[in-house]
Amino acid sequence: MDVIPKWADALLIPLLSILLSFFISALVILAIGEDPIQAFKLMIDGTFGRSEGFGFMLFYATNFIFTGLAVAIAFHARLFNIGGEGQATLGGLGVALVCLSVPWPHWALALPFAIIGGALFGALWALIPAYLQAKRGSHIVITTIMFNFIASALLVYLLVEVLKPEGSMDPATARFAEGTNLPRMSDMLGVIGIEFSSAPPVNITFFLALLACFLFWVLIWRTRLGYEIRAYGQSESAAEYAGISPTKIIIIAMLISGALAGCMAINSVMATERLVLNSVEGAGFIGIAVALMGRSHPFGVVLAALMFGFLVQGGAEIDFWTDIPRELIVVIQALVILFTGALDNMVRMPLEKLFLMFRRKGPQS
Amino acid sequence: MALNLGKAGQAEMSAPAAIELKGISKAFGPVQANKDISIRVMPGTIHGIIGENGAGKSTLMSILYGFYKADAGEVFIAGKKTEIPDSQAAIAAGIGMVFQHFKLVENFTVLENVVLGAETGARLMPSLAQARKLLTELAAEYDLKVDPDAKIEDLGVGMQQRVEILKALYRKADILILDEPTGVLTPSEADHLFRILKGLRDEGKTIVLITHKLREIMDVTDTVSVMRRGEMTNTVKTAQTNPAELAEMMVGRKVLLRVEKTPATPYAKVLEIENLSVKDEDGVERLKGINLDVRGGEIVGIAGVAGNGQSELLEVLGGYQKATGTVRINGEEIDLTGRNSDGRTRREKGIAHVPEDRHREGLVLDFFAWENVIFGYHNADEYQKSKWLMDNKAIKAETAAKMERFDVRPPIPSLTAKNFSGGNQQKIVLAREMERDPELLLVGQPTRGVDIGAIEFIHQQIVALRDRGKAILLVSVELDEIMGLADRIVVMFDGQIMGERQSGQTDEKELGMLMAGITEPAAPSLPPMRQGAPETWT
Repeated sequence: MDVIPKWADALLIPLLSILLSFFISALVILAIGEDPIQAFKLMIDGTFGRSEGFGFMLFYATNFIFTGLAVAIAFHARLFNIGGEGQATLGGLGVALVCLSVPWPHWALALPFAIIGGALFGALWALIPAYLQAKRGSHIVITTIMFNFIASALLVYLLVEVLKPEGSMDPATARFAEGTNLPRMSDMLGVIGIEFSSAPPVNITFFLALLACFLFWVLIWRTRLGYEIRAYGQSESAAEYAGISPTKIIIIAMLISGALAGCMAINSVMATERLVLNSVEGAGFIGIAVALMGRSHPFGVVLAALMFGFLVQGGAEIDFWTDIPRELIVVIQALVILFTGALDNMVRMPLEKLFLMFRRKGPQS
Repeated sequence: MALNLGKAGQAEMSAPAAIELKGISKAFGPVQANKDISIRVMPGTIHGIIGENGAGKSTLMSILYGFYKADAGEVFIAGKKTEIPDSQAAIAAGIGMVFQHFKLVENFTVLENVVLGAETGARLMPSLAQARKLLTELAAEYDLKVDPDAKIEDLGVGMQQRVEILKALYRKADILILDEPTGVLTPSEADHLFRILKGLRDEGKTIVLITHKLREIMDVTDTVSVMRRGEMTNTVKTAQTNPAELAEMMVGRKVLLRVEKTPATPYAKVLEIENLSVKDEDGVERLKGINLDVRGGEIVGIAGVAGNGQSELLEVLGGYQKATGTVRINGEEIDLTGRNSDGRTRREKGIAHVPEDRHREGLVLDFFAWENVIFGYHNADEYQKSKWLMDNKAIKAETAAKMERFDVRPPIPSLTAKNFSGGNQQKIVLAREMERDPELLLVGQPTRGVDIGAIEFIHQQIVALRDRGKAILLVSVELDEIMGLADRIVVMFDGQIMGERQSGQTDEKELGMLMAGITEPAAPSLPPMRQGAPETWT
């Protein structure tokens, strides 16, 4: 029997981990002479108190859902894709090229092509490490890390030397056509009569991300491909016995992973209305934490992405209103990652003991 | 039945036991591995502990060796209450252990391995010199000859086992525990091991032999204790019992030790193998030109010590090992190297495969039973709802039916594979591979880690498939199983087929010779112990 029931594994452990990391964060804030209660209040008020803050949270969460799903699908094939950052960077390039190449008349026309552009560039950027892993045995962790650097350098070159409009001092592309502006949450909710701040860039991509979650679930648990990906991830030797080609699984899983990471750019780049340097802002790395915390399940990924969206938005509030340095927000995020990812067993072990104690007192004796 | 000791036993009762365990209990989570176990092992005896897999034998010995801490109970060594918190304490108490999987440093010499962890000082040389002297003495005393300067990786398994025994003796062990020591040995090597053990006993050492093989218990032990489901059910004098009685004690009911089957009535050739060769990644030839036929309606058993090419043969036929040569199924040649040499294509050609290692290959342990029941066949039409979606409902229904027919317990399709016992896991694999009525069934170690009750069932199923006219290729390291189940026996050694015998017209001794690579039947002058042979194996 599994020691811990599924619900506890999926919800209780992450929740306890978050609480623990908040507790340590509070100690850190205390140590620098600030009031942690005040800080957390600010984070919560600044995020949930106004629709503006809430909108920013959803905007960040949209990015994290895509990068989180990207890491999660690779996890299912037991591949550690650290390259979400680079794949999202290239995805941004793809989206930008699509948006710049045609004077799009309407967003509904631009969006499908932007999806293709972002997904294709992200997928192709993941394909090279995938090929090297499948055919040459180069470890995917190493290659994807290196490809993050290459992506970043490539983008600098392209923005400075190729895509920058003549005469501009700013390493960024030209502004996209008006027709590429995606409908914002305020526009969409306005239609059904709900007032929502128009300041945050959260847009229709948020729903696209939720759709991606649903498709992810169908793929992993309802299709043959998902079955094979999971089988390969659980046991490579068994997969080979069953006639599942490791090469095929590695390549396909990484293509999907890269495509999902690339799709993040639809949200971030199209909302910025041009491609700038570092448009990913670490979302690729946060995706790793999101996937870990979400147990590689789309539902968990959404929750974890919202959580990290809250941390980013709440962090901005703290930065704005208090003397707590912005770096401390990074510390809090890092603590959450540390506790949910690396220190999983610290919470799990005592919890397992607890459950065992209850069970022994329970029905079987 | 409580302690059933004869007159001699009563006399021994007065002397302090070499080992006495009182009321030992140990639970792993909800599983009670050892339940209130008490046992007395007399000095200067060979004491067998027999029981099915999972009966708690290894747990008990691990407690004795300090790997686990008992939840309750006391340990007495030579009449003195002893705490054994770790293996250092066990060694200090004079207990030596020879594990099933050897714990040797492959690229160290025998001498270095023996000294490892028992060095006398910071400088290695004096330790080694001292050990060399002692080793020579031990070798002479107990017929335990091993070249002290040979590297472990160059030694055969039989030799490696002797190094393990020497390690224990070097640490002045008076009590030697051996955990399933004959699993990797040929019959003749096993006999030699038993001679060594008897010699050690006659010198006053106490030996505890853990095994699930009845024959070994009968051959070598003085006293035998039977474990079942974590409990010590009986302790009897070996001379006063017999295999059938022991088997009954182990399982708790009467067991058929022999496979019941009629003579085979073979039809046409189903599998034809010609000149099949395999090289591994290091370029070492694992199969050297194998020629073999299997006809419908017969079971061909491949005997041999593990690691002599049997696994590679199964892997090639199963489709996940590249090879050169020709293999035909019902006259049709199959692709051995190209695009179609995978498990999926093999299954489509009617080759089913029960792999040797169900944990590594046969099952995805973290998958549900219903996901495992379609594993490898998941592309079949009946499991698809549409072009993209799988029909999970139909799969679950089919799984429930198969579990019922193969008596898998508990019959719950949504239980994770790792939560089934070994025998039931194997039944899941068998149900998957046999229920599709394959032309050829490859079976590797069908009953490894399977309890006696399930063995009976599995053997019956295999025979039933044969009687339906299907071809069966059986690989097993259990010679008894090969001799009981196969109609024709082929012996493999060093990637080659050493010979073929009709079942019933051969014996263990002859097969044992072939397994050791000796083809000349006229070798009566051969010394009973061959020091040289095992080294050539890898």
